[in-house]
Amino acid sequence: MAKKTLFDKIWDKHVVDEIKGGPSVLYIDRHLVHEVTSPQAFAGIESRGIPVSRPENTVATPDHNVPTIDQHLPIKDQLSRFQVNKLTENCEKHGITLYGLNHPYHGIVHVIGPELGITQPGLTMVCGDSHTSTHGAFGSVAFGIGTSEVEMVLATQCILQPKPKKMRITVDGELSAGVTAKDVVLYIIAKISTSGGTGYFIEYAGSAIRSLSMEGRMTVCNMSIESGARGGLIAPDETTFKYMKGRVFAPAGSDFDQAVEEWKLLKSDSNATFDKELHFDATDIEPMITYGTNPGMGAKIAGKIPAVEEVEAGNRESYEKSLAYMGFNPGSPIAGRKVDYVFVGSCTNGRIEDLREVAQFVKGRKKAEHVTAWIVPGSKQVEEQAHKEGISQTLDAAGFKLRQPGCSACLAMNDDKIPEGMLAVATSNRNFEGRQGPGSRTMLASPLTAAAAAISGVVTDPRTLL
Amino acid sequence: MPTDIFNTIESPAVPLPIENVDTDQIIPARFLKATTREGFGENLFRDWRYTKLGEPKADFVLNSDTYSGTILVAGKNFGSGSSREHAAWAIHDYGFKVVVSSFFADIFKNNALNNGLLPVQVSESFLSTLLEAIEKDASTIIKVDLEKQEISLKASGASENFEINPYKKECLLKGYDDIDYLLSIKEKIEQFELSRS
Ligand code: SF4
Repeated sequence: MAKKTLFDKIWDKHVVDEIKGGPSVLYIDRHLVHEVTSPQAFAGIESRGIPVSRPENTVATPDHNVPTIDQHLPIKDQLSRFQVNKLTENCEKHGITLYGLNHPYHGIVHVIGPELGITQPGLTMVCGDSHTSTHGAFGSVAFGIGTSEVEMVLATQCILQPKPKKMRITVDGELSAGVTAKDVVLYIIAKISTSGGTGYFIEYAGSAIRSLSMEGRMTVCNMSIESGARGGLIAPDETTFKYMKGRVFAPAGSDFDQAVEEWKLLKSDSNATFDKELHFDATDIEPMITYGTNPGMGAKIAGKIPAVEEVEAGNRESYEKSLAYMGFNPGSPIAGRKVDYVFVGSCTNGRIEDLREVAQFVKGRKKAEHVTAWIVPGSKQVEEQAHKEGISQTLDAAGFKLRQPGCSACLAMNDDKIPEGMLAVATSNRNFEGRQGPGSRTMLASPLTAAAAAISGVVTDPRTLL
Repeated sequence: MPTDIFNTIESPAVPLPIENVDTDQIIPARFLKATTREGFGENLFRDWRYTKLGEPKADFVLNSDTYSGTILVAGKNFGSGSSREHAAWAIHDYGFKVVVSSFFADIFKNNALNNGLLPVQVSESFLSTLLEAIEKDASTIIKVDLEKQEISLKASGASENFEINPYKKECLLKGYDDIDYLLSIKEKIEQFELSRS
């Protein structure tokens, strides 16, 4: 039998049919739904007069639009309120489980899926959101889809998808102190660019990836899409099984043991071939930050912004345009720039480990006065846990405030907008022009680097403060 | 949603020679609050097109009197970023039927095809040929023949073939839609479900 990659194994098991010369019909095990990309899909099936095919495999939560303070009050913004209400209405009508605002399981789709054990190894998962790739950390095939595809899944639990090519990125070696999962993925994207992964599904491997916690793995897989890839995944192992155990919707008792036996088989065969293989050395990775307007424009914080001459000839014009937007000079050192805002949160880095890391770093220190800092938990459970562990008190003492869960300033659909011209260090995943509000400027970094910026008030290599 | 039938298109084009146009630029997140598919064209390229006060920026191509047409010719790596289908809706709603670039992000490509918007991927050099021709003469006509999978400059005859998945091509030519197809094999899907439980 031909050797298979992990991706092949999961994908092939879910192919219902192949269209000659066309895409595969892929069966979807879990469908996550949020308020922004679903209303048109629900309207679509209604106009066709058909029901949701498998409501029991579908879970919904409002996250993109929700305020992060006073969540017990009605949403002030009329359009946001309408969209969130529409989701509630659609879920009620179609028998879909909804974790609405203030529900103990509420949160960002990609944070609640894993923490509730909805995300499991070997599954196919989709959501009308590109960061669905997060769930690949468990060894599942998970990817973002458009609204027409959301409608397909609602209608038939299937989508039409051409099979992507396969890439393996191996990171071997030991990560040094102060270097986190976020730095690993920013480093990879800086190396392969925002289109380096286009057409591929990435498997991350190697000792540095294995050494990451589940949360760290989620951070890496989350940002796969920023390299253009359809998704990313990591073979499940003991770290995965330990994380899964006891989760609300994970198998329990002897079912769990049996599931683990099956999950253990989920790995690429030793001689499986990939369409592309890349290797990186963990010891070359340092704390990273982006300086431009796409996630591929990242560099070591200790380094400099590349000079125009270092950029490929054809790309110089857009490079200069991007730096002009950021207000940065080519060739200048990265560290030391004054920071106005710090945002810790999002499906990339809004989990409990991220908050623990920030709390530990800021303990006994004070936030720089001129910095506005928003710390936004990825879910209600994260928020509760942060209160329980005293993280919120530590944050308070250092001059921070823990907000309530949601996407928040990651895409600024609610009131959490970075004002025009202001510079933010953010733990989210996109630094596009205006992503965090019209005219906002974003530098993407790890929670540790964000914390260091909040304390010192300037872009800082966190290792200098460890 | 069943799409329009896609035929050959002949039109002048609108040039947007910017690389890495991401979906946040095509339609910023704050305009994603609608619950229907209509009206997104108004906010297409919102922050490049209008000032904060909502006044058209004279230097942005959609505000120029010089260029018009149903074909958008854009720089490399078009449509990266968010999976929001609103980006494809906005371009289509504005009136474009074809987007030409030398490279497209995957999800954008799927979303466009699902909405009767044809992404035409051309070589780097043909993209330059197109942009130069448009710049020289804004009324230059570009022809996109889906049946033949060919894009050409009407005047000079310069042309290039483009690729499209045969299934998707058929869908566009006939105005079919993926959901119709999936519903037609519902039984097969149910058998599949039974076979694995
Ligand atoms: S946190 Fe940001 S990236 Fe993640 S789902 Fe929300 S908006 Fe998308």
